[in-house]
Amino acid sequence: MTTESGADSEAKQPQANKEAEKGKTKAAADPASPQKQPEQLPAAVGHSTPTRKDQEQEEDQESHRSSTSRLSKSPLRGVKKVKMMQCKITLLDGTDYTVNVEKRAKGHVLFDKVCEHLNLLEKDYFGVTYRDVENQKNWLDPSKELKKQIRTGPWNFAFNVKFYPPDPSQLSEDITRYYLCLQLRDDVVSGRLPCSFATHTLLGSYTVQSELGDYDLEEMGSDYVSEIRFAPNQTKELEEKVMELHKTYKGMTPAEAEIHFLENAKKLSMYGVDLHHAKDSEGVEIMLGVCSSGLLIYRDRLRINRFAWPKILKISYKRNNFYIKIRPGEFEQFESTIGFKLPNHRASKRLWKVCVEHHTFFRLVSPEAPPKKFLSLGSKFRYSGRTQAQTRRASAQIARPAPLFERTSSKRYNMSRSLDGAPITENHETPVKDGTGDGVPKVLAHEDIITTVTTERKAEEEKEEQEEVQKAATETPEATEMTPLRHDTKTDSERTDFACDGDMTATESEADEDSEMRTQDSEPPPEVVKHQTNISELKRSFLETGSGSGGPGQTEWEKRLSSSPLRSPRADESPMIEPLELQDANDEQPTEEETKQVVGSKDTVAAGYLVKYVPDSIVTEGATSSGPHGISLSTTMDDDVFINGTLREEAEGKSHEEEEVSDRSDVKVSPGAVRQEVSQAISDKKGTLIIFKQPENKENTQDEGTSEKKSLPAPIELETDETEKETEAPAAVKGQTSVVEMLSPTVEIKTGDTAQIKNIDSPKKAMASWISEEKVEVSQVIGVFTKKVEELKTLDEVQQKAEGIQSKQLESSLTHITVSEASAASLAVSTFGWVSPSQKASADQDEKPVITENEAEPVTSKVPDGVDVPSKDVPVVHTETKTITYESAEVDTNGDADAGVLLSAQTITSETTSTTTTTHITKTVKGGISETRIEKRIVITGDADIDHDEALAQAIKEAKEQHPDMSVTKVVVHKETEITPEEGED
Amino acid sequence: MANMCPYGRFTHAVVRGIPETFGKTAGDSHENGEVTVDQAKAQRQFGCLTGALRQKVGLQLIEIPPDPELPESWRIEDVAVIQGDTALITRPFKQQRRSEVDAVRRVMSELNLTIVEMGDELGDSGGATLEGSDVLFTGREFFVGISSHTNRRGAEVLADTFRDFAVSTVPVCGGARLKDFCSMGGPDTIIISNSDGAKKTLRVRMMEQLTDHHYEVLTVPEESAANCIYIKGPSKRDFLLHRPAEECPDSISAFQKLPDYTPLPTACSEASKLGASLSSFCLLINRKHTYF
Repeated sequence: MTTESGADSEAKQPQANKEAEKGKTKAAADPASPQKQPEQLPAAVGHSTPTRKDQEQEEDQESHRSSTSRLSKSPLRGVKKVKMMQCKITLLDGTDYTVNVEKRAKGHVLFDKVCEHLNLLEKDYFGVTYRDVENQKNWLDPSKELKKQIRTGPWNFAFNVKFYPPDPSQLSEDITRYYLCLQLRDDVVSGRLPCSFATHTLLGSYTVQSELGDYDLEEMGSDYVSEIRFAPNQTKELEEKVMELHKTYKGMTPAEAEIHFLENAKKLSMYGVDLHHAKDSEGVEIMLGVCSSGLLIYRDRLRINRFAWPKILKISYKRNNFYIKIRPGEFEQFESTIGFKLPNHRASKRLWKVCVEHHTFFRLVSPEAPPKKFLSLGSKFRYSGRTQAQTRRASAQIARPAPLFERTSSKRYNMSRSLDGAPITENHETPVKDGTGDGVPKVLAHEDIITTVTTERKAEEEKEEQEEVQKAATETPEATEMTPLRHDTKTDSERTDFACDGDMTATESEADEDSEMRTQDSEPPPEVVKHQTNISELKRSFLETGSGSGGPGQTEWEKRLSSSPLRSPRADESPMIEPLELQDANDEQPTEEETKQVVGSKDTVAAGYLVKYVPDSIVTEGATSSGPHGISLSTTMDDDVFINGTLREEAEGKSHEEEEVSDRSDVKVSPGAVRQEVSQAISDKKGTLIIFKQPENKENTQDEGTSEKKSLPAPIELETDETEKETEAPAAVKGQTSVVEMLSPTVEIKTGDTAQIKNIDSPKKAMASWISEEKVEVSQVIGVFTKKVEELKTLDEVQQKAEGIQSKQLESSLTHITVSEASAASLAVSTFGWVSPSQKASADQDEKPVITENEAEPVTSKVPDGVDVPSKDVPVVHTETKTITYESAEVDTNGDADAGVLLSAQTITSETTSTTTTTHITKTVKGGISETRIEKRIVITGDADIDHDEALAQAIKEAKEQHPDMSVTKVVVHKETEITPEEGED
Repeated sequence: MANMCPYGRFTHAVVRGIPETFGKTAGDSHENGEVTVDQAKAQRQFGCLTGALRQKVGLQLIEIPPDPELPESWRIEDVAVIQGDTALITRPFKQQRRSEVDAVRRVMSELNLTIVEMGDELGDSGGATLEGSDVLFTGREFFVGISSHTNRRGAEVLADTFRDFAVSTVPVCGGARLKDFCSMGGPDTIIISNSDGAKKTLRVRMMEQLTDHHYEVLTVPEESAANCIYIKGPSKRDFLLHRPAEECPDSISAFQKLPDYTPLPTACSEASKLGASLSSFCLLINRKHTYF
């Protein structure tokens, strides 16, 4: 089944297009295959995979606007070789869905595609499985590359329910219940879910009602149920009983029948129990059943023991042994450890993972961070998706009208996306597109003085940075080291540790932020996708959480919190955006997904240099301050060098200050400043949060082996209130996703210059969201956005020309950021967002990773350039990834905590053959002084032919030249070398 | 599940009269020891029980005539496990009792219950033994006491018969049966005796370890008080047949904690001398079972 299209992306693109078209045609032609229309839906586009994959994007775009321009396919892309793999996914109705994904794509890319195809929003209960060499079913890890999981054999998968909701009536959408029903029907027919005759009859009758509707003797005859399978051994008697019951259901809608079905099925003792063969300590054959409530021990069909999650202190495995440590009972003094023997090591690990996931999903408020171990052995695996609590909260926000779908397995179901909020969303999208499209630098500032920002070290900032880094490299063990995770999330007081291979890990004690970060890293895309929550939700969650790290805060939230300013923007933005999308339009959601995907793609970058000019010192500090951070960063960001020039430093942001700032910001924010991207602005009375997300995804795969280049968006977020800040951080994570969205619409701009620039990604994200508690502001903001959007659109058209200049500059220089005032139009386009508010300093410990705070305060306009940006210093890394951070001494630290008003934020991305540059410009005005922070991320991809050091030096040099009046405050070099044999395969 | 409805709804009760050979159980003198039972008194008590079931609770009573050849046939609970419309005809531990099932099987089929046999000794369930007094059905799940009368194979057959439900096994020591210590006291209430540590363990294991459901537990100090019959009769009232004050003086107050119950003190002194209790006398059936 596997198809490698190793050749050019161009070649592939057409394929993709064809496929998309095929799908459409099929859908049209084939009423029978309900689930094959994903691409037709606009929403699908939004959902589409990460920007990394140009092809994918293209696909999406195409599907999006099949007839529209295919500008997105740039010739340049052709240069890159992306291997596409054909995946066949067996859906719950038994049909196969074929989709092409990049070979390097991570699991969530595939999962998201399938969910999109299925029009499924409540996807956290589901997962994708594949068969390993032993023909055992394994869950696809969304955070790991597909090719690393599918070692051999065809890329065949199955879409399945992973977590059976104990109470299906709490699912938000009928379509979700429908898929759950399909899964359960298969469970019943296959015998995995044993039932009595009476139950077979009952479930069968509801199935018939759901699929065929009311009984109609004339139409159906007496034999109509024979085609439908109800039981492993279906008898005529059973069918007759089914028909008897079916006749009594007249008037029952399919959705009602499914609810009845589920209400009965959920009571079955084996509902949602995942059985694993094992032997007890005495060698007796038993079965271990993992379910929502805990671990069940069966001998034959008898339940001989049960360990509820609260009773389990620790789960571990070593080789083929699986251990659970049990909390002492009422009459016991000591905890006991019970060991089981699994058939082999893989089986024990598989069981362990399933336990970890079930425990996290059903018992915790938010996922745990992976273990911190650096060099430790053992699995770092953690469930990083949303927990049930989180997904319930998120699904409560689903605002789309119930999607139409047909239930017959042979029929197709139409996926309809809700049009809610479409206007707003659309507006956002458009601007985003524009922004993305251009390589054109966007000048946000209004004649404001540009001040360089000194670097201040704030723990929070550091954290944020780390988070970003981590995000990039989820898989890296280092990420785990980052910060302690908060495990407050667990619902139960009890905590369960997950250890593998003899390692005992205390999951809970770690810092939340880190965990969040890790989580983000590993599975940023899924999260993004998942975030359907509105900003308001986020807010609530934060409020609920209190500290933000713990309880209600879901992964996303946590991520947001954890994210540093730089990071935060991304993460925060996406979440923020998502909420907006949800509220506004469903369409955007898809985009979010894309962004996520994009994020994932970042990992692929062989070598990247990220140069960030950060107005806020915080960011800089974060990166520089701690060695460990650096490590974490390294893990996260692959190949990225960060140069963070902080235009401004904020005095350590304190919440109070922040608040003040926020207030100011609200007032100050000029219409022009409004970001196109502002997806949501939350203005609390105290402050305003503006988050701009600019994810940039670019894929330049010159050499297959080398890797794809992807630029990470550097979102900057301003949060006035602490609360907001917290939210923002997660938002930043999400922000990336949002960026992705932008990407879909984005237009690729080709410069005459040798280098091909893909602007698509960067602008996409220009979403800024104002969330005003009062919401009044929101509307205003929206209006502004729309305007900008329009402008942006126009700009896009003109881009190559007038704006093209700027873009060209950018392109040529790789990293060119115009700080200077730009025309209004340009501003609109360019602004990405965010800025401002400084604040986080005060509570570093607080997880609020403060996002960048730009204090308007007069940062000295120019900081000596002497900043340490040793370009050559870049260490040669033989290891997979190295991260080096160079920080300039803190130039100016403004004691003022006041956050400036964010005037504008923009992200610009340009690409050359081997280099991708992403520039984020943030302008903040505070006290009449404007501060501009520029963050450039330069990703250099290439094989040995490229002198990365030289390239980096060049990039830094150019950056300096471009912004003579600014100082470089921070340089982070992240080198990633692929040592993996797999790469060789490429 | 289809068959899952709150415990306690019954329409029929099947009983079997006290034979004249009551107490003269062949071959188990070791069990009865030197206990002397009053057969006439046992019959009177049986009459009170059936009268209560029929007239107070309002069940349709089906009485199988006693068979002198089967001195323990009055312990009808042991020979069948009924849930919903399925009756599992059990295989009692004692060889002499196995022919008791014949009459019961007939009645079950007359009631249109789906009959499931435990099979012969040589079949898949070979060697399986199961007695209904070791089976506690809560409406949500089964607990099967693994005792001197019931073995694991028997429990497996039960699990295979009632597939909708979780079947958990509970070890029961000595010559006791599971229902000697516990019984249902309401849809979500289990009455458990607190007589000794062993039962405490049983309680911990059953209530805290084996089940996903939450049950109210009514603890009674006397073991004899733990075996009751709870029925939500056709009148929708809650009835609880329990041992009278003279047989369990310390536990009466516990029964009074059950709100709005109609207590039906029912003597069982003679049968209890033989190791039986109230529930031993009847099989409860719900023939108005509906799926909806």
